[in-house]
Amino acid sequence: MTRAFMKGNHALAEAAIRANMTFFGGYPITPQSEILEYLSDNLPKAGGTFLQAESELAGVNMVYGAAAAGHRAMTSSSGPGFSLLQEGISYIASAELPAVFVDVQRYGSGLGDIFQAQSDYYVATRGGGHGDYRVIAYAPASVQETVDLVGLAFDKAEQYRNPCLILSDASIAQMMEPVVFPEKRKCDPDHEWAVRGKRGGDFKKITSTMYYTENFDQYIHDKYATIQANEQRWESIQAEDAEIVLVAYGISSRICKEAVSTARAEGIRLGLIRPITVWPFPEEAFDGLGKGLRAYLTVELSALPRLRDDVMLATGMKTPVHHFLAGNTVPSSQTIVKQAVALLEK
Amino acid sequence: MLSVICAGFGGQGVLTAGLVLANVSMAGGQQVTWVPSYGSEMRGGTASCRLRISDSEILNPFFDQADVLIAMNQESVDTMQDMVAKDGTIIVNSTMVDIRTVRDGMRMIDVPATALSSEMGNPRGANIAMLGATIAATALFPVESFADGIDSYFDAKGRNTPLNRACFLDGASAVKGE
Repeated sequence: MTRAFMKGNHALAEAAIRANMTFFGGYPITPQSEILEYLSDNLPKAGGTFLQAESELAGVNMVYGAAAAGHRAMTSSSGPGFSLLQEGISYIASAELPAVFVDVQRYGSGLGDIFQAQSDYYVATRGGGHGDYRVIAYAPASVQETVDLVGLAFDKAEQYRNPCLILSDASIAQMMEPVVFPEKRKCDPDHEWAVRGKRGGDFKKITSTMYYTENFDQYIHDKYATIQANEQRWESIQAEDAEIVLVAYGISSRICKEAVSTARAEGIRLGLIRPITVWPFPEEAFDGLGKGLRAYLTVELSALPRLRDDVMLATGMKTPVHHFLAGNTVPSSQTIVKQAVALLEK
Repeated sequence: MLSVICAGFGGQGVLTAGLVLANVSMAGGQQVTWVPSYGSEMRGGTASCRLRISDSEILNPFFDQADVLIAMNQESVDTMQDMVAKDGTIIVNSTMVDIRTVRDGMRMIDVPATALSSEMGNPRGANIAMLGATIAATALFPVESFADGIDSYFDAKGRNTPLNRACFLDGASAVKGE
C-alpha cells in the first residue's frame, strides 16, 4: 500500500473526508489550524461543505444543524476554543446526534501556550459541558492511529447517536509520519431519525429539551453503561508480570513504550497500559495483573495529575498509584525509567 | 536509528530539506518522524526540524543527541552544536558560516552550499546541496539512488529541475573530496 508522509493535523482532516464527513464548521487556533487549512481546500473538492465560522460557538452549532440533517459533521479546536464548544456538545449529546469533535491539546489553562500537553483530560472524559452525558474519547498515539480512530469515531458516533472526540495533542498533530489511508467511504445521510426537509415523510423532531419520556433516567443510564461495557480500548505491553505498570496515552505513551523496552533490557520489570479510549476508561485492562505488581505510575504532560485519578478509580486503589508530571516537555524514556526505579527502591 | 537536526534562517529551505530527506527515506522503506520547530520563524529567524530515520518503529520523535546537524547559518552552528552527539557530524554551509569552531571529536564537513548552488544558477538549491553532503557523510543511502529519490519527490510535485540533482551531487562531492 502507498504510504503518504503527512502531518497529524493534515492526516486527521483527510481521514475525516475519507470517512465521508460532508460538513465542517470551525475556527482556527494553534496547534490545530492545519485541519481547517486542509479542509478549506480539500473538503469542497470532495463534495462537502467547509465553513470558517465567526467563532467556535457558531461552528459547533453549525455542526448541530448538519448532524440533525443526518450528515457526518465535525469541528476541531484547542484549549480555550475547545472550552467554547462545550455548550454545543452538551446540546448535541442531549439531542442524541452523532458528531465528531477534535481537541488538539495545548498547554495550560486560560490562553495557556501552544506547546504540547495533556491538560484537557477532565474536560475530554467527564463530558465537558453541563448535564448528564459523556463523549466517547479516543486518544491517538501516532499519525496512523489518528487516521484509524477518526473513521472509527464517525462510526461509533452514529452507532450510539452520541458525540465522539479525538483527543490529540500538539506533538501528534504537528509531527509528520508515514501513513496509509482507507478508501473513501459512502454514507447515506437518510437516517430514520434525521430531519430531511419537506418530503412528505413522518414528522420528526430533533430537540435537546427534556420531555421526560417514560424511563428517561434509566434510558440515559443504560445508554452510557452500554458504551462503557462495549467500547473500552487499550494496548497492554508486558503488563502481566510487571512490578511497575506505566499508564499513559497519546505522545507520552510512545515514550513509555520505549521506557519499557529500555527497562526490560536492564532486567527491570516495567509494563505499560495505554488507554486508546480515555472515556470509556479501559478498566478491564487492569484486571488480572500479576501478583508481583507493586505500583502504577501515570506519565502525563500536565501540571496537575488527571489520568492518575482514573487509574485510582479503575483499580479501587488496591495498589499505589503514582504520577509523573512532565508539564509541556516530552520527557525522555531514561527519565521515566529513573522514576520507576525510584519507586521500586522506596 | 539516525537522528538529524536541520537548521537555518527561515526561507533557506531547512524544513523542505528535512521533508525531502524524510520522503526519500520513506520511499526507501524506512520509518521516519519529522518534527518542526515551533514559533514565528516564517522569515528571518532560525527555523529547524528534527528527523529520526530507522528501519524499525520510532517511538520517541524527540531526542537530546543528534547524530547529524545540518547547519545552514552561523546561528545554527553556535546554538545547536551542543545537541550533537560526541562523535556526531555537523554539516556546515561554509558560505554563510565564518566561525567554524566545533567541539573536539566532532566531525565537521564544510560545504559552500549557497555559493555552489548560486554559481549553478539555482540559488534556492543550497538546502539540496547540504542534503548531498549529508547522504555522502552518513552513507544512509547510495548517493545516486538518493538523487533518483529527489527527482521523484520534485517530479511528483510537478516542479523539478535538473539543477536539483546537480546541486545534490555537488554537495555530495564536497564530502568525497575531504
